[in-house]
Amino acid sequence: MSNYRMHVMVCAGTGCEAAESKIIIENFKEELKLKGYDQEIQVVKTGCFGFCGQGPIVKIQPDNVFYVKVTPADVKEIIEEHIIKGRRVERLLFEDPKEKVKLEKHDNMDFYKKQYRIALRNCGFINPEDIEEYIAFEGYEALGKVLTEMQPEDVIEIVKASGLRGRGGGGFPAGVKWGFTKNSPGDEKYVICNADEGDPGAFMDRSILEGDPHSILEAMAIAGYATGANSGIVYIRAEYPLAIKRLEIAIDQAREMGLLGENIFESGFDFDIILKLGAGAFVCGEETALIHSMEGCRGEPTKKPPFPAESGYRGKPTTVNNVETLANVCPIILKGSEWFSSIGTETSKGTKVFALAGKVNNVGLVEVPMGTTLREIIFEIGGGICDGKKFKAVQTGGPSGGVITEKDLDTPIDYESIKEIGSMMGSGGMIVMDEDNDMVEIAKFYLDFTQDESCGKCTPCRIGTKRMYEILERLTNLEGDMEDLEKLVDLGNMIKDTALCGLGQTAPNPVLSTMRYFPEEYEAYAKREKTKSYRIDPEKCIGCTLCAKACPVNCITGKVKEAHVIDESACIACGACFTVCKFDAVIKP
Amino acid sequence: MKNTKGKFVDLDTKKLDIEKLKELDAYIESLEDKEGNLIHVLHKGQSLFGYLPENLQLYIARKIGLPASKVNGVVSFYSFFTQKPRGKHTISMCMGTACYVKGADKIFDAFKAELNVGNNEMTEDKMFTLKDIRCVGACGLAPVVLVDDKVYGHVTVEQVKEIIDKYRKED
Repeated sequence: MSNYRMHVMVCAGTGCEAAESKIIIENFKEELKLKGYDQEIQVVKTGCFGFCGQGPIVKIQPDNVFYVKVTPADVKEIIEEHIIKGRRVERLLFEDPKEKVKLEKHDNMDFYKKQYRIALRNCGFINPEDIEEYIAFEGYEALGKVLTEMQPEDVIEIVKASGLRGRGGGGFPAGVKWGFTKNSPGDEKYVICNADEGDPGAFMDRSILEGDPHSILEAMAIAGYATGANSGIVYIRAEYPLAIKRLEIAIDQAREMGLLGENIFESGFDFDIILKLGAGAFVCGEETALIHSMEGCRGEPTKKPPFPAESGYRGKPTTVNNVETLANVCPIILKGSEWFSSIGTETSKGTKVFALAGKVNNVGLVEVPMGTTLREIIFEIGGGICDGKKFKAVQTGGPSGGVITEKDLDTPIDYESIKEIGSMMGSGGMIVMDEDNDMVEIAKFYLDFTQDESCGKCTPCRIGTKRMYEILERLTNLEGDMEDLEKLVDLGNMIKDTALCGLGQTAPNPVLSTMRYFPEEYEAYAKREKTKSYRIDPEKCIGCTLCAKACPVNCITGKVKEAHVIDESACIACGACFTVCKFDAVIKP
Repeated sequence: MKNTKGKFVDLDTKKLDIEKLKELDAYIESLEDKEGNLIHVLHKGQSLFGYLPENLQLYIARKIGLPASKVNGVVSFYSFFTQKPRGKHTISMCMGTACYVKGADKIFDAFKAELNVGNNEMTEDKMFTLKDIRCVGACGLAPVVLVDDKVYGHVTVEQVKEIIDKYRKED
């Protein structure tokens, strides 16, 4: 790297790649070659910068200038202005949504200011397809230290003392889990990395795997050494082709350098990793279901105990750790447990990555110390609500969690406090909703998801969630009544108490929590006072026909210069007519 | 033979494309633990044939030495596997929460209306299959639509017709 005087870092995460960052990289390479700079300036394909709402992102080093929403057509200008003449391309700099000033360094942006990156430490800084870059950033040092200086017991002690807890949602202490597997008898043991990120709206695991795959491989090898396992398996969603590709490259490179395989660091310790693909089943995030899926079966959970630590993959002792949990392991080994446990709150140590999405200005991945408040995350880092709308609620914990409203925004977030305010940490999905979102529809959306994903093994989940969904459908079709609301609560509580696994036990949460905070919205449906479609005010409509042209389902009719009418039964409430009308004649539902 | 829904199913494995089967056979042979890798075999089968018809499921079951019911149980369990043929282009609407709160359902409805099909159905001219998919993790671009592998971000209801027309014109 030292031969180059300048680096052009281009984000190649899923979000930015979808927005043509591949072509941007090619254009940079071509154009630099054409101008004869290809020996001085290197184009680096990096992992996710996290600021996905502003992608594709291009960062110029060492100037530390951060360009946003770059298109392939902008490449020429960046080279001619910035790289050759040393002038900033103003129009591609990020504009602070509050102060309305252009910022060139990412450290000055509200989005990054409060972040503390441990799990995402290398994302956006290194080329994930080059093991040498990972090694240059302390890569495989932790594994070397563990294998040459430490006993398995010491490794487990450090992880225990650090207070690291499972980041996939459970919050179980990682070191304790490792200890269980270590103490289970057997010479064949497994380490599994759970990369079946099923929570819709969470994408931190994907970004870590795409941006820093070696950090996961290294941590798995450390877990293997600590627990006595020689085989590691990454169970990953088939929906993440880029992450799969990067992992495959990383595994090959690590094997080639002897960092995976036999006798690593000449310590006598053997460890190798393979990939297993999922096939789209939310329930496979549950560890027993995941193990069944890895064995080629339907991903149905089984009762615990026995825990995987005693009898897991192929009936052998198995440790299952989430991607983000593993991403914290190497820094803990290198910097020590005291450093890690000094961050966070009393019960929850370290940081947590949240996937901030929905109706918030700065969409992206946010890593903050435990104990940060939701207000800081949404309004400072997230830059507030889109289009100046009013905040209504934030859903955390995905389909298993609940909504948090304005009154709880100042609660410092950790595993315990978030439960107290009626939601859960989950994997870290954080969906922000504004005044336009209908909470009953949101609850129905989640339930549609869980009842579809229910594996069918236990009755409360298989039938109960379906019945709940039917009630919600009845309500939103304006065919329900007040009795339905009672039934929803009863049924919801019953499912929570009796379902077999975490999926079923938490499936009613979105409904129960929205009912608790927004009872009036449910009542409006139950009393059939709610209208679902847009309407046109005949007094204001001048018959310009704009709305009829904009309607995607052609449900607006009327002659030119005469008031138009919306067919309420066909209206999908998309709001296209409302947006185009220049005469305020369209009335929102 | 009829399936549980009373629909006639074709279990004639001889109708399958020989060349594709050869490739599938070679893949299965390369696996040490065939049963444990059933899901990988099905991924391979789907990528070769485009979908997993009943006769292919039966073929795979016999090849690995599993009951066909187990293979079908796995195929029908996972949403990634499809037992129906697909149109020339697959339009997938991301139904992750981030997309949903930004109006993915409205866009999906617009696609249904424009193509005159329901979820997981193929248009009459076999040009398009429309389906909803699980979160693709590109939440920064919400709402997201995929046409085959091409990602369209920040899609609006107004763009639905444009996107479809683009593919119609290409053919």
